[in-house]
Amino acid sequence: MVFTAPVLNYTLLSPILILLGGALIGVLVEAFVSKGLRAITQLSVTLGTLILSLVQVWKIRNEQSLTAAAGSVVIDGPAVLLQASILIIAIISVFVIADTDHFTALAASLPGSDEERHAVQSGNQVTEVYPLTLFAISGMMLFPISSDLITLFVALEMLSLPLYLMAGLSRRRRLASQEAALKYFLLGAFSSAFFLFGMAYLYGYSASVTFAGIRESVVGGSGNDVLLLIGMAFVSIGLLFKVGAVPFHAWSPDVYQGAPTPITGFMAAATKVAAFGAMLRIYYTVFANAQWSWTPLLSAIAIITMLFGSLVAIAQRDVKRMLAYSSIAHAGFLLAGVIALNKAGLDASIFYLFAYGVATVGAFAIVTLVRDAGGEVTDLNRWKGLGKRSPWIATTFAGFLLAFAGIPLTSGFIGKFSIFSAAYESGAKSVVIAGVLSSAIAAFFYIRVIVLMFFTDSVQDGTSVEIPSALTRITIIFSTVVTFALGIYPAPLLSFITNLATFIR
Amino acid sequence: MDAANYLYLSALLFTIGAVGVVVRRNAIVVFMCIELMLNAANLSFVTFSRINGDLNGQVIAFFTMVVAACEVVVGLAIIVTIYRSRRSASVDDASLLKR
Repeated sequence: MVFTAPVLNYTLLSPILILLGGALIGVLVEAFVSKGLRAITQLSVTLGTLILSLVQVWKIRNEQSLTAAAGSVVIDGPAVLLQASILIIAIISVFVIADTDHFTALAASLPGSDEERHAVQSGNQVTEVYPLTLFAISGMMLFPISSDLITLFVALEMLSLPLYLMAGLSRRRRLASQEAALKYFLLGAFSSAFFLFGMAYLYGYSASVTFAGIRESVVGGSGNDVLLLIGMAFVSIGLLFKVGAVPFHAWSPDVYQGAPTPITGFMAAATKVAAFGAMLRIYYTVFANAQWSWTPLLSAIAIITMLFGSLVAIAQRDVKRMLAYSSIAHAGFLLAGVIALNKAGLDASIFYLFAYGVATVGAFAIVTLVRDAGGEVTDLNRWKGLGKRSPWIATTFAGFLLAFAGIPLTSGFIGKFSIFSAAYESGAKSVVIAGVLSSAIAAFFYIRVIVLMFFTDSVQDGTSVEIPSALTRITIIFSTVVTFALGIYPAPLLSFITNLATFIR
Repeated sequence: MDAANYLYLSALLFTIGAVGVVVRRNAIVVFMCIELMLNAANLSFVTFSRINGDLNGQVIAFFTMVVAACEVVVGLAIIVTIYRSRRSASVDDASLLKR
């Protein structure tokens, strides 16, 4: 037997390799740099790595390759666009994460123990959140570009495992945060077992682990269809779990609420981009020819997800839970883009993912600022009259809510409009009707929050709005500018996406 | 012996695992049930590998083991932390976030 060394195209893989390198340096920094310099070193390493990686993605934007890593990953237009979106979202999230006040000084210590108090008093704050973030981002970058089952599974775990830990790092309400980590971990591992089992059946169906091989079998239609159906169903469960679609959404409100807010923002935005990226690739290329068998079910899930998310969000009294249900509804809207299964649907989904991700990070950045003596205040009743006390922050938050609601002149409107018109074009009329209906329902609870902030008398209960740190301010300003710029003048980005976004097979 | 029997066994193991996750209350046992599901998937991979006469399935089984090991590291860390702060690893006790 002759062993042939695999040929790797390091230029095309460099964005991910840089991130992994940065994450490893982060681990070393955590071990060897003195406590005074640790936070700033970690922040510079992380930001430097992310920016370097983004530059590298920009350089390879016109490349197309199926053989970058011996057929395991594919680099094409959508891959580059999704990777760039993930990196931009990651950079603005890191600005918020940099406020170490949100994270426990020592995750291993018992909540309320002397050990923890000592770590806080002596300023011995651990900063493992930075390397964890980088590991998660490298998994997210790999997930949408994988083109075989092994890489797909490894990437899924690479992005999930750090996130499970990050969900448990909150400084305040540590028990709730640990509980969020436990729930996220158990349900996440449960869903990845389904995912893996589905992969086994896809492999059994096609005798191939590569997407190209599976697609050939689907197109040829020679295999045992039962195996294909089981495989598709179980792999879809794994993916739908990651995007938080109903009925696989149970984890998301709890995890969103319990996790440290900067992490919630990062997770909500970046995981969605990665998971939908992989979903688009799998459904648009691998399963496209078996469309008859998955479109009806996926349409039903999309409709339930949109309506459920919008309806349950109305009843929420906690701003993070409300945003969680709103993100479930948005997962439904994005599924409309997957169902569309045409070029317009792909373009619209990528645009929507970017616009929604940026607005989400911005919105959660603002949630981190509303505090009282005991930490963040997420109870919506205590947000009353915020607009009178801190008009700027309240106005910005209102802007993000309007974008989520899809009001014209915000990026949300363009995203929803393009995704629904793509779905309509492909004949998924019921999905479009449900989408428009649930957008109307959703507008109600977004606008209710705006009314609460601006037209209700404030209560004096010690709730105040912190002055944002310089880095958080950059995030908020960037997100606001992007949200409105894409709403007013989306043409350049839309045409950029349209030119690039074609899956190669 | 017919290779399909191994598929039935794997489906059975997977079901036992999935039911265990739903009905058991101790986080460690739930986690063990998840591991059982992963190993059921592994058995399917190896069986299909045998049926299809292709080695990739066996390679995936090794990858799964490595990934499962990583999952144990992260999972046990989380479960042990929560046990130390609550003196209980029951998933029912963890209900601060329910409303």
